[in-house]
Amino acid sequence: MTSSIAATSNETGFIRRLLRSPSGLIGASGVLLIFAIALLAPLIAPYDPILQETANRLAPPGALHLLGTDAFGRDILSRLIYGARPTMALLLFVILIMAPLGITIGVFAGYFGGYIESILMRLTDIVMSFPRLLLAFAFVAIIGPGLINGALALALTSWPAYARQARVETTALRRSDYLAAAEMVGIRGIRLLWGHVLPLVLPSAIIRLALDMSGMILAAAGLGFLGLGVRPPTAEWGTMVAGGTEVIFDQWWVAAAPGFAILIASLAFNLLADGLRDVMDPRND
Amino acid sequence: MPQKQGLSLGENVDSRQLRGRRELRLVWRLASWLTSMAITLLGLAVVTFAMTRLAPLDPALQLVGDHASASTYAAARVELGLDQPLPVQFVRYLQAALSGNLGQSIATGQPIVKDIARTFPATIELATVAIILGAFLGVSLGILAAVKPGSWVDGLIRLVALIGYSVPIFWLGLLMLLLFYAKLRWAPGPGRLDVVFQYTIPSRTGFALIDTWLSGKAGAFRDAIAHLALPATVLAFYSLAGISRLTRSLILAEMGQEYALTASAKGAAIHRVIFVHILPNIAGALITVIALSYASLLEGAVLTETVFAWPGIGRYLTVAMFAGDMPAILGGTLVVGASFVILNTLTDLLVSKSKPGDRL
Amino acid sequence: MTRPLLHVEDLSISFSSPAGRVEVVKSVSFEINREIVALVGESGSGKSLTGRALMGLLPRRAVSAASILSLEGRDLNALSPSGWRKLRGNDIGLILQDPKFSLNPALQIGRQVEEALLLHTKLTSAERRERALDMMNQVGLPDPVRLYKNYPGELSGGMGQRVMIAAMLVNRPKLLIADEPTSALDHDLQIQVLSLLRNLTEKLGMGLLLISHDLKQVARYSNRVLVMRHGTIVDRLAGSDLEQSPHPYTRALWNARPSAQTYGTMLPVFNETDLSA
Repeated sequence: MTSSIAATSNETGFIRRLLRSPSGLIGASGVLLIFAIALLAPLIAPYDPILQETANRLAPPGALHLLGTDAFGRDILSRLIYGARPTMALLLFVILIMAPLGITIGVFAGYFGGYIESILMRLTDIVMSFPRLLLAFAFVAIIGPGLINGALALALTSWPAYARQARVETTALRRSDYLAAAEMVGIRGIRLLWGHVLPLVLPSAIIRLALDMSGMILAAAGLGFLGLGVRPPTAEWGTMVAGGTEVIFDQWWVAAAPGFAILIASLAFNLLADGLRDVMDPRND
Repeated sequence: MPQKQGLSLGENVDSRQLRGRRELRLVWRLASWLTSMAITLLGLAVVTFAMTRLAPLDPALQLVGDHASASTYAAARVELGLDQPLPVQFVRYLQAALSGNLGQSIATGQPIVKDIARTFPATIELATVAIILGAFLGVSLGILAAVKPGSWVDGLIRLVALIGYSVPIFWLGLLMLLLFYAKLRWAPGPGRLDVVFQYTIPSRTGFALIDTWLSGKAGAFRDAIAHLALPATVLAFYSLAGISRLTRSLILAEMGQEYALTASAKGAAIHRVIFVHILPNIAGALITVIALSYASLLEGAVLTETVFAWPGIGRYLTVAMFAGDMPAILGGTLVVGASFVILNTLTDLLVSKSKPGDRL
Repeated sequence: MTRPLLHVEDLSISFSSPAGRVEVVKSVSFEINREIVALVGESGSGKSLTGRALMGLLPRRAVSAASILSLEGRDLNALSPSGWRKLRGNDIGLILQDPKFSLNPALQIGRQVEEALLLHTKLTSAERRERALDMMNQVGLPDPVRLYKNYPGELSGGMGQRVMIAAMLVNRPKLLIADEPTSALDHDLQIQVLSLLRNLTEKLGMGLLLISHDLKQVARYSNRVLVMRHGTIVDRLAGSDLEQSPHPYTRALWNARPSAQTYGTMLPVFNETDLSA
């Protein structure tokens, strides 16, 4: 796909190479599009997502309502557009909790070594063997549904992979001259970790994030489907699919449309991750 | 395939000594694996226990109801052991769990272990059929894609895998139900067996396939398969995607190896190179991924069973979640979680065994 | 005048790259009979690719064309994929450099030696085993019966290469291509393997194309030498004449060999302007 064998390491070259890979291009544009839709929802949605037209319930797709209406008479298209918001918000929250937590644990383990490393890595291994989705479901079911709880649940079960990766990279760095030089100048401890180790650990974490996001979208949708997502009447894709389950045989579009949105969103992140992998690790096949 | 470690000639080591050393290493590795699994399971119990204490619902209140007197409430607290310090509570919890007591379900009124024993086999059956399907189709598609990389067959298979990776499984299940059940009338209705058979087949193992086979009743086995077909296919889709991708990339990587060139140089056609030469070399990696997929299918069953009203532990859990049946949720999570952990650590052990640690 | 065993005329190999077509082998022509012909040159001169082209085993992105490519008069240019498969392991064999990689670590040695027989003959399993064991004996492998059931991971480099040779010669091909067969071995083993190859070539009456970058070896063990540079053959001479070749490039190659005599001195560097003359 990409042709650069003598890869440039500057950032603009990276983005250009990403965009040259077809999956990277489509994926990146898809992700940006979904973000844009989420941000601009009030401007693009034709109707208010929670406005109920009880006289016009379960209307098929038509001129007035491009994707029809649901069991409460709400416009599906508008709910679809607004539904991008909780999904993106959840992704953001998950990233904000999971990445710092995992990276910090990994960097500490890798830098300090010794029994700190063993304890932290033992903890990481244990949490890594847990069934992520199951525990997330149980957590939200017990603590209560909601966006933050859902994000917390997913983040608390998914950070180990980041910790592992960060630790491996930090351990490799620890032996490098680069860190030794900084230490000689007098940069130590937290300052060293923050300014010298972290920037080098971030790139692979970002790639891993891209890879994880598609799974997160599916997990979040699953939570919504089970009624553990955002509270009604807020529009959320997973919840919308659940709402359409009762009428799936006759008014199939009520469940089909939001599910399709989930598919597209997850697909976009997967393509982006593929593109990133192509750039990071070009293999001729 | 085992790669035996060659002894370097010239090393004057007593072969008996060597065998003893090797056995000792094996025992050591087994022991450490068991301890780490035990610790992980302990960790899981800690997590589920913590969730019981984090719940906004007061279990004592749930037991005695809102209108109980203060003394009844206090007595309930003592009975449930809530007056004890946390570590003691945890030990009691652990003891109870290990002796098979996970409490009583608020919804069904039954002991939870009984509920789980009733529903778990259905999930295991579903997951097992799904993994067989997913592995078989996944490996086959992966091989097909690797034989002609860059062709339209390859592109199509990669597209299918990509979609399989990205599709929400509950949505796929709904659409499949819509298509194959409602519109085409190919698939039978919900449940594991038709009503006709449901009460007439003795449940000996809890596995519908085995029970119907043993019952000898005409059409029963076929009915069980028919009911399994759709949910198993849906559940298999995600693992199929991952397995086909992995198979394809593993085969392509091996095809660049020299032994593949040697085989071609002898005149072997590509299917021989793949099946006779490459497959034995990648079997280990494939089996690992398949085993890990199996574990994650136990998780995915939660959503699939809900859609297909499959009476497994997944559906039990979702019903419990809707009903706020906390003990059931946690009991079920503990059991499924423990199975998940055991499967995962078992796979890890197999992986480390097949690669004698020289290159690690 | 008997026809040559292998006749190559005007062989060109090119790769497609983002910069256009790159020709790595340009118009190479030579013949091989029942003798040892060596193809020498630096890395990247195209000698390995030439060997692969003779078996139709070029990498996917490569394209080859030759005005004549024939084995015992049979036109190889017109071969279909199945025709090539019938040829490989039957009429032409290929030995690679490192048995650690060129043998399949997951299959028994015996199976790998037998494989060519399985693919091309109708012998029974017992007959195949007998022939394989016989071949393993001929290449000097100790205790072939025990080795039969072992795996390549237990072999040393020298033994592994012998297994490779046995596997390729078991079906008595007419032409054997050896691509750097001794580069992964110690000096003593190198001599053993080359002598073995020479003996077998004579005994089986086949042709051997020895691809190598070791000129001293080549001088000792080959009848004729073809010197390749940047994809073309720049010099052709008898093996014994290698040391005294008048060609500047061949001279430079010969003089650049590190040896006990050159220890402590700077090795000569190729002067492009001189050589392009």
